[in-house]
Amino acid sequence: MSVTRRGFVVGASSATMLAGAAAHAQGKGKYDDGASDTEIKIGNTMPYSGPASAYGVIGKAIDAYFKMVNDKGGINGRKVKFISLDDAYSPPKIVEAARQLVEQEKVLCLFNTLGTPTNTAIHKYMNLKKVPHLFLATGASKWGKPKEFPWTMGWQPDYHTEGVIFAKHILANVKDAKIAVLMQNDDYGKDYYEGFREGLGKDVSKIVKHVTYEVTDPTVDSQIIQLKDSGANAFFNIATPKFAAQAIRKAADIGWKPAHYLNNVSASVAAVMKPAGYDNGQDIITAAYLKDPTDKQWDGADDMKAWREWMAKYNPGANMGDGFNVYGYAVAATLEKTLEQCGNELTRANLMKQAANLKKLVVPLLLPGITVNTSPTDFYPIQSMRLQRFKGETWELFGDVMSNESA
Amino acid sequence: MEQLIQQVASGLANGAIYACVALALVMIFVSTDHINFAQGEMAMFSTYISWQLIQWGLDYWIAFFAAVAISFVAGVLIERIVLRPLHTAPVLSIIVVFIGLLAICNSVAGTVWSYLIKEYPTPFPKEVFGFSGLIGAHQLGVVVVTLLVLSLLFVFFRYTPLGLAMRAAAQNPVSARLAGVRVDWMLALGWGLAAAVGAVAGMMVAHIVYLDPNMMAGILLYAFAGALLGGISSPGGAVLGGFMVGVLENLVAYLGNAIEKGFGVYIIGNGEKLTVALIIVITVLTLKPSGLFGRVVVKRV
Repeated sequence: MSVTRRGFVVGASSATMLAGAAAHAQGKGKYDDGASDTEIKIGNTMPYSGPASAYGVIGKAIDAYFKMVNDKGGINGRKVKFISLDDAYSPPKIVEAARQLVEQEKVLCLFNTLGTPTNTAIHKYMNLKKVPHLFLATGASKWGKPKEFPWTMGWQPDYHTEGVIFAKHILANVKDAKIAVLMQNDDYGKDYYEGFREGLGKDVSKIVKHVTYEVTDPTVDSQIIQLKDSGANAFFNIATPKFAAQAIRKAADIGWKPAHYLNNVSASVAAVMKPAGYDNGQDIITAAYLKDPTDKQWDGADDMKAWREWMAKYNPGANMGDGFNVYGYAVAATLEKTLEQCGNELTRANLMKQAANLKKLVVPLLLPGITVNTSPTDFYPIQSMRLQRFKGETWELFGDVMSNESA
Repeated sequence: MEQLIQQVASGLANGAIYACVALALVMIFVSTDHINFAQGEMAMFSTYISWQLIQWGLDYWIAFFAAVAISFVAGVLIERIVLRPLHTAPVLSIIVVFIGLLAICNSVAGTVWSYLIKEYPTPFPKEVFGFSGLIGAHQLGVVVVTLLVLSLLFVFFRYTPLGLAMRAAAQNPVSARLAGVRVDWMLALGWGLAAAVGAVAGMMVAHIVYLDPNMMAGILLYAFAGALLGGISSPGGAVLGGFMVGVLENLVAYLGNAIEKGFGVYIIGNGEKLTVALIIVITVLTLKPSGLFGRVVVKRV
């Protein structure tokens, strides 16, 4: 019985292959599922509902970006069909959504699926199915392993790299550093912390106090009191926007003035520095790779002007101060250029090959001096950041582009 | 020693937040005999309304009282429109409605006002309230407001005929109706009051934790703990319970640090704050099911 069934499957699939070959001969390009002469299907999942729904903005921005691309004639003449499903930031739900996108919608790739726990849940599935799992919206360091997972690639600088950058800066600039660390108690926080420890190397004992908070904690006031009590003169703040703002304000309230390093996750002026109080946030240092839409210094930049026009035309009603709209725009532009580079060979294998062959690609809204670089062994598209210091009401860039390209 | 004092002060300040929300939970319970899971989200929504009014240029206190009034009306309407038809439905259906309300309030607020955190102003000037240095001006203000709301509620339930009627309607609807109390309206009024108290809590909390649609999620957990610890049927107990939970969680972290420093081993700390608080609640409830200050309800059958 099983022999017959296998025979049927083989027969059926070879028939499809023949049909496929025939189609290839007629069309103007080579295609896998999800691509044709007229259309490219791209799948995505986002938490449009649930506790992380703030990130849903990114999905809407990407959708709006591809509307603009289609209005301009598409990518190499092909219209983009962007299918974005709700995963509620829930691992079981994203598995269901990914299967729907791959097996029913037959998309060419999954793009910018959001979240570390969610992407972890489909990591193996995507690689088993050999469907590109591209430019993920998470900064975990585990997405750049081409040997084990040749179909998965991140996008933004990973938390680990950023931790290393901060550690190096502290060692070089803070005399007799005694370091205090506030950390969100989950994978995101630990990724940063491990990078930071690695960056400190033999000086890891300079961390005099390490405290954690849970996302259910109403405030981090108690933690900041503990950190101040340790007598630390440098502070690495690994917190999401709300808690980061609380930490900045509380430190100022109780008169603790360490050299303050803030993770990029919370580098927004509108969502962190303003609520924390501009006075309380002076001289804080953070690392960034994207332009902050609320930072006045970019008002004259061409890409920021183009972004504002696009916001008004394609994403009306979205918040101009929300950095996620910048993020969605920049990551969608990266995919657009990658697909352009694929030419008429829109196969999954070629898409991965091109994604791993981006050389000094200039993407709009990345900070000056930062480009996208990948190779068959380097699956970390953006690995550079620039340090910036808070002065008045904006961030001031200083120093060179910092990177950890070896990672 | 300085750290201990600061931790206790900060614990009291957090406790005031829990106490405020716990008070709203108690309000609903006393007047309707239900626990409203959507209480936190309703309070958050009221806070957004007041924020919007302030954005439109109204004075803080005008916006404050307007938001309280709007919340009161909204609370009454929710009872009349949503819960009235479920009058005789089993408790489980009502809980589902509460959870639905929670989700609706959260998503609507997110859609209308976005998920970006917003600063919320404080009405307590630093010169008047910030004398101690240990506890922030706003935190002290919250403690005062909580105690004020508590005493108002106490007077209302204890000394006014309406308050008495409301308690009667919640505890024994059948007899209350026989005695001439309009039970339906009492329930609606209870909802209105709870929504109003919730609004006050939300507006006090928002300056501390910042305004965003999810600001109440964590707080509601602690408020539940506070309310249950003090006794869900006693407003005074709930307030005290809230303060106790606030101080306890900070002391857990402080003790954890002290142990780590003294013996070099990590036993408890920041990660276990909520766990320890909840263990204490469970212990209290096991020994004294109605809470520390709750009255034991005896129903004659």
